[in-house]
Amino acid sequence: MNNAVINIKDAVVSYREDIALRGVSFSVRAGEFVGIIGPNGAGKTTLLTIVNGLGKLLAGRVWVLGDYLTPGNGHSLRKKVGYVPQAENIDPRMPMNVREVVMIGRYGLLGLLRRPGKRDWKIVDEMLELVGMTHLAQRPIGHLSGGEQQRVAIARCLAQEPELFLLDEPTASLDWKAKTDILELVKLIHNLRRLTTLFVTHDLSSLPIACDRMVLMREGLIWGEGSPEELLTDGNLSQLYDIPVSAVKKRRNEAILV
Amino acid sequence: MDLSIFGYQFMQNAILSAFLGGIACATIGVFVVLMHMPFIGVCMSHAAFAGALLGLWLGFNPLIGAFALSLLSAAIIGPLADRGQLNPETSVGVIFSLMLGLAFLFMGLMPGTKSGALELLWGSILTNTRSDIILLGVVTVVVVGLVTIFYKEIQATIFHRDMALAVGIPATLALYGILFLTGATITVSLRSIGGLLIFSLILNPAAAAYQLTYNMKRMFLLSAGFGVLSGWIGLLFSYLFNIPSGATIVVTSSVIFMIAAIFSPKRKVKGWQQKPLVEAK
Repeated sequence: MNNAVINIKDAVVSYREDIALRGVSFSVRAGEFVGIIGPNGAGKTTLLTIVNGLGKLLAGRVWVLGDYLTPGNGHSLRKKVGYVPQAENIDPRMPMNVREVVMIGRYGLLGLLRRPGKRDWKIVDEMLELVGMTHLAQRPIGHLSGGEQQRVAIARCLAQEPELFLLDEPTASLDWKAKTDILELVKLIHNLRRLTTLFVTHDLSSLPIACDRMVLMREGLIWGEGSPEELLTDGNLSQLYDIPVSAVKKRRNEAILV
Repeated sequence: MDLSIFGYQFMQNAILSAFLGGIACATIGVFVVLMHMPFIGVCMSHAAFAGALLGLWLGFNPLIGAFALSLLSAAIIGPLADRGQLNPETSVGVIFSLMLGLAFLFMGLMPGTKSGALELLWGSILTNTRSDIILLGVVTVVVVGLVTIFYKEIQATIFHRDMALAVGIPATLALYGILFLTGATITVSLRSIGGLLIFSLILNPAAAAYQLTYNMKRMFLLSAGFGVLSGWIGLLFSYLFNIPSGATIVVTSSVIFMIAAIFSPKRKVKGWQQKPLVEAK
């Protein structure tokens, strides 16, 4: 594929006895926005972990940003890959403020023994502004709401100046308003920077329809690939989630796609 | 109050030991508190105690036994907690009770008087020698030095280990480094504070500092200050009332924690969180 940034061939990953990926081949072009959906346990998160070098391959090959992934180079690869995990509970008494947390994004790039300088703080402040969190910059991180913490996580990820933007269920456990805001923000960032984006979710209502392409996953395999319109049919979703077509229709009416 | 006692060499040694041990233990304590691993620390201290007794029983240097066994316990618990295969609290509980059992087993097997063993149990800061202090000094300098040099890596690892890994920081190495330093600090402080009490001097000053600040650097400094203060006030009370110094040091650190908890601004966390709502109106 021309100007591909990710090229995965027959990847197999296993955690203890469970096989999380059973031979997945998949590639992504520079600047593409790919939505990955599927039920829990489909292997979506595992797919992201082999892209950022945290997952261990049993078989197959992973080529990311010009290099084949080996057990030794995951570390340097991760400096170029931004990763936003699911919202997690942060200790409300954690002695760090929002600005310091965003700065962590630059620590990997800075490397050992170097301290953040003026330029690093400037980038941090710009990212806080982009995600609309400047007014809370000095607030202890644990005092933020779930939606605000995800904005900070996105700012931290962008402060890393990544070449790839990976989001793993970034809107899980957020309320409807916060979820919509985060999806808008991700869309805005993709439009502004044309950053290659992989967006993982199990929840159809939190999938930005700005996706160029969708990948459906089930039981460790890629089950379908294509544009959102051709892929998200009632029949496909009914099979993917193992529910009757009538239930898909009902839920579709309830769900509000952004 | 007759304070001429502070002119004696043994008392000066004790004051210096309390200073160095207070700083090292309280610095380690910040990791223990912020990384939510008090059980790992408690387990490592008892392992060190058991290792020292093994040394006394078999006739090798108790400090080597203490260091080896506390690192061994960390080597067992670390990966268990790391991989999340077992509930870490459960595995730590099993190892903790095993270590305590071994300690008393070695004590029972030991021939002759048990005074050396009891000293390790209660601590005896007043009998610290020059070489004890040099060892304590070296470990304190290494602990404080590494925290200063690798502050940003440590800060990221403390905040969120998986996230630190994801931005390209060697967070797993940082975690094991922290466990290693914990083992070394416990080992060199064992003789001064005692195997059963050492963990309080690790936990209490940091827990007190945790109540008082939202700034991590300040938390390290406050914690070290409380550690030294606990040692010095404890020594003074030990001398004034003629009671064991390890106990007075630990009780002092607990009192400091209670005072910090009572005056903690963080008790008003709810008020803080509601503030923006009020502003919005």
